Amino acid sequence: MKGKKPYLACLPAVAAAVLLLVLAAPSRAAHGNGTKESPKEESSTLQFPVPPPPFSEGIFPCSECHAEMTPNPKRRKLEEEHTNIVLNHGQGRWCLDCHDLKNRDKLHLISGEKVGFDESYRLCGQCHGDKYRDWKVGVHGKRTGYWNGKKEYLLCPNCHNPHNPRFKPLAPKPPPVRPEDIR
Amino acid sequence: MKTRGNPQEDRPMSDTETREQRIFRLSRRKALKGLAAGVGALAIPGRKASALTWQDFLQKNFRELTRAEVQTIIARLEKEYSARFKKDVKVKATPPIEGVLYGYGLDLSRCIGCRRCVYGCVDENNQSRDPQIQWIRVLQLEKEKGVDLEHAEYYYNPKEVPAPGHFYMPVQCQQCRLPPCVKVCPVQATWKENDGIVVVDYNWCIGCRYCMAACPYGARHFNWKKAGLPAGEMNPETHYLGNRPRPVGVVEKCTFCIQRTREQPGKYPACVEVCPTGTRKFGNLLDPESEIRYIIENKRVFILKEDLNTQPQFYYFYAT
Repeated sequence: MKGKKPYLACLPAVAAAVLLLVLAAPSRAAHGNGTKESPKEESSTLQFPVPPPPFSEGIFPCSECHAEMTPNPKRRKLEEEHTNIVLNHGQGRWCLDCHDLKNRDKLHLISGEKVGFDESYRLCGQCHGDKYRDWKVGVHGKRTGYWNGKKEYLLCPNCHNPHNPRFKPLAPKPPPVRPEDIR
Repeated sequence: MKTRGNPQEDRPMSDTETREQRIFRLSRRKALKGLAAGVGALAIPGRKASALTWQDFLQKNFRELTRAEVQTIIARLEKEYSARFKKDVKVKATPPIEGVLYGYGLDLSRCIGCRRCVYGCVDENNQSRDPQIQWIRVLQLEKEKGVDLEHAEYYYNPKEVPAPGHFYMPVQCQQCRLPPCVKVCPVQATWKENDGIVVVDYNWCIGCRYCMAACPYGARHFNWKKAGLPAGEMNPETHYLGNRPRPVGVVEKCTFCIQRTREQPGKYPACVEVCPTGTRKFGNLLDPESEIRYIIENKRVFILKEDLNTQPQFYYFYAT
């Protein structure tokens, strides 16, 4: 009996330790998930609820085609693919200024940081800082939703084609009836 | 003996004659009164008239109604509209939200004059399609001349907008802080609510159109005929002071989409939501975090016809 006593005394301590581990497991897992996303990404997603990027049909993910291709960083005119894209955005630009060479499903900032297509406003904001500042507070661009509640933003490419960003003219709706034509 | 009471008579009338004549006159006045009362009695609904008409006839000004009376009236209107448009029409009487003063911003550097707002407003607010009533007018102005209303073109219709050398300026009710339209209304059928929206009680309006003459922005419109509003296009979400169907002979105007903006949470007005260029901004002037406050504090802002001291809650601005 005397020999068993220390063993028995250990039991509650072991049980407590096991219990603690079990309790701690979910919180550790949650913490682990949280660290996967950078805090910057998390805050921007929370702050600007944007719709999915307006991709042309079947174009995304880009890696579907590009994964098997050897990346060619040489500045050139594309003659086989993407020939429909006319780049009319500033001067002297080309694809890899914004698109990432290694990960085709991402864009990259000047700093080298990779951003998703759903965060393209950070990329555009590098040059168009004044527009980005206005967009963040809801002054540039269209915002829908609720004036005193949840607001919905649009991404820059929802209105501006990133390769040719000038806003396209629209056909106006019919003019009002002239008073002399009212019967 | 000559005819009594003839003014052409040479001989002056005796006291008795004058008295008799007065008696005659008085009795004639009485007769006229009786006649007027009779005609009046014919004009008011008879016993066979529906209860609806009687209630309409006796309804007080909206601001004098008790809550219970408002509920009764709303129930009556809902029944009437639902039968007329063959759909479930809802009429709200949502009061202003505490601590809210609506403000509107319009970015002149963005508007391309596509008139989407005009038709978005018509769809939302049940304006008459024929004869046409539109609460928003989009003016085409020349860039060289700036905001020069005398040279504004209202019926522009190019193939595509913006037309070169031009900019566009939509004008609608400016929800003035000192509204001349409210000042001139002889029956107080129009007033400014606590959240800054100028509203009309269509059941109280007598259709004198003084307010239209007083408004310097041409923002008020008159129902000359029965509204041509197809049942299929009728928006059943309505507000008593806003987009419910209007009777003939009353004035109507923009209410910042009172049926949308007074809700919790409140949607943006239809014109804001429909604008493809994000020209239109809306929010609470009393909230320092709102878009409209940011615009007023950081952008070049002006109000239309400032010299008239109407003090609009509608701000034009240039974002760039």
